[in-house]
Amino acid sequence: MGAEIRADGLVMTYGDVRAVDGVSFTVAPGEFFGLLGPNGAGKTTTLEMVEGLRKPQAGSVRIDQYEPWKREPALQRRMGVQLQSSSFFERLTAREQLDTFGALYGVAAGRTDEMLEQVGLVDKADVRTEDLSGGQKQRLSIACALIHDPDVVFLDEPTAALDPQARRNLWDVLRSINDSGRTVILTTHYLDEAEALCDRVAIMDSGKILELDTPAALIRGLDAPVRISLAPGTLDVGVARDIANGDAVTHEPEVDGDGALTITTRDPSRILTELARRDALAGLSVKGASLEDVFLELTGREYRA
Amino acid sequence: MTAFRSLARAMLKGFFRDKMALFFAILFPLMFLALFGGLLGSSGTSKTEVEQVGRVTVLDDAPKEVRAYLEESLDIHRTTDEKAAIREVRKGDADAMITQRGDTLVVRFSQADQVKAATVQGTFQAIVQSANIAVTGQQPKYTLESDQVEDDSLSTIQFFTPGLMGWAIAAGATFGAATNLVVWRKNGLLRRLRLAPIPTRSVVLARIAVSVAIAALQAAIFIGVGVAFFGLQLTGSWPMIVPLLTAGTLSFMAIGLLAGAVSKSEEAAVGIANFVVLPMAFLSGSFFPLDGAPGWVTVVSEVLPLKHLNEGMLDTMVRGEGPAAALMPIVILLGFAVVVAAIASRVFRWDE
Repeated sequence: MGAEIRADGLVMTYGDVRAVDGVSFTVAPGEFFGLLGPNGAGKTTTLEMVEGLRKPQAGSVRIDQYEPWKREPALQRRMGVQLQSSSFFERLTAREQLDTFGALYGVAAGRTDEMLEQVGLVDKADVRTEDLSGGQKQRLSIACALIHDPDVVFLDEPTAALDPQARRNLWDVLRSINDSGRTVILTTHYLDEAEALCDRVAIMDSGKILELDTPAALIRGLDAPVRISLAPGTLDVGVARDIANGDAVTHEPEVDGDGALTITTRDPSRILTELARRDALAGLSVKGASLEDVFLELTGREYRA
Repeated sequence: MTAFRSLARAMLKGFFRDKMALFFAILFPLMFLALFGGLLGSSGTSKTEVEQVGRVTVLDDAPKEVRAYLEESLDIHRTTDEKAAIREVRKGDADAMITQRGDTLVVRFSQADQVKAATVQGTFQAIVQSANIAVTGQQPKYTLESDQVEDDSLSTIQFFTPGLMGWAIAAGATFGAATNLVVWRKNGLLRRLRLAPIPTRSVVLARIAVSVAIAALQAAIFIGVGVAFFGLQLTGSWPMIVPLLTAGTLSFMAIGLLAGAVSKSEEAAVGIANFVVLPMAFLSGSFFPLDGAPGWVTVVSEVLPLKHLNEGMLDTMVRGEGPAAALMPIVILLGFAVVVAAIASRVFRWDE
């Protein structure tokens, strides 16, 4: 179970635009790997070269011993693909879509019920895909990608255009994909999604990988300060400055009375101990840096979701 | 094989659940068949109406068989008012007025309908001639015997069923292939199928099988309705329409694939398909015979696949020709399909 993916120096040029410009990475068997970046960063083109939809102009891709662009059935039977758009046959029900895709991979019909169960669409089995909601369509397309129990799964922006609730809902399905040891490559432009799902993340922009590591290491590497906030009136501003001892204190005045206090520090344990000693923990919230901060730091510009 | 079967089943289900496609492939052409079958009846053209003023000896004293012959093509009303009769002809209520002055037969006709004008003149010319011969008391030296070459039962429906059927099949196969290609390219299904462990030919063969099955269904319904309601009679080698329709469907699919390959949207594909199919149907004699068409139309029609399909179907379905009559059209249709499909595959793209 699981396959190893090695991409080495991938290049793809459209006219004058270098859509992918020397991208290299390795995905270990059983790893959940994320390609993160804004629209036009080159994630999808990179994924297409890895899947075998495009032959790289330079560089090479291997999935185990196979070169994907040769489209060998032996490899394709081990690959599950969920494309950016919901690619379905027109006017078929959820069950019929799964049956049809299953037949393309020579899968026994019983798998359909199993997959409907896994993605929670049992009660929508006989509904035509045109009548499913956005989230249901995405779950069905993931089920179609998993129908033949592949070793490696490609997910291209599976949660794009979903409302927050449907996204969280889908995350549970996505997490379960690699429970059984599958290799998963996911592209997304949602930072929280990459943080929540991926073992390692490659941050891409303008056709290049800017940084590649685990989400935790990326955030640690940023060495960003922690923001500690308190409810209004919990602590006097002057006292706060004493505790902060040189770290920044922001005080947001409200219409009446005191506002919330925020201390931005690189030494959160000392500040928190001080606050606890003064019993000034009402409305406490502690916020560390997120992948979003890493991204902004790396690209040095506004995030273009 | 399972891939081919499941793809074909998915496409067929998609077709039968698409009410618009069903309407345009089957009901819409049938409406034309009913319209043509009902409007034109079985006689083809209506009779020429003649107003007879007063006594006309050559008509009134004509032998029975001559009168019977006249009544096949003329509808004669008797009247007394010559001026009123001429007015009727002017207005178009009657096609001609006839009266006798002494030994002169006077005919007044309207040139508005040239065919009827010619019929009137020719008929009465012939009547006067034969009356003159009869007066001499001699037996005529030359006689004329004429009969139509087709089966006696041949009626308008015999001509229109193959033509309209050809049009329906051309539209069905062209639109089906064009929209299928565009929709699948746009929604990414083509890419998805490309990453499945199946050969591309399974997809193409499935589409061909579905198109041929739809064409067969259209033909069965058309012929069934024609025979049941409009007196259609099939002649000997009609089963040759099976290979003819298959070859024709391949040609029209090739046109549809080309339209789909160059179109970015479904609307554009439908527009291009319409732009090709409708003029092709007119120029191929689907709606009216091309016998009287100018020379350039005949030349243009030679490059249209529907023209050859229509010819082949007419020959084998209603003209009573042998199976060999279908061979040349089949060869031409297959050749057309190969050439156009080759062009389509050159401009084809898997994704946008």
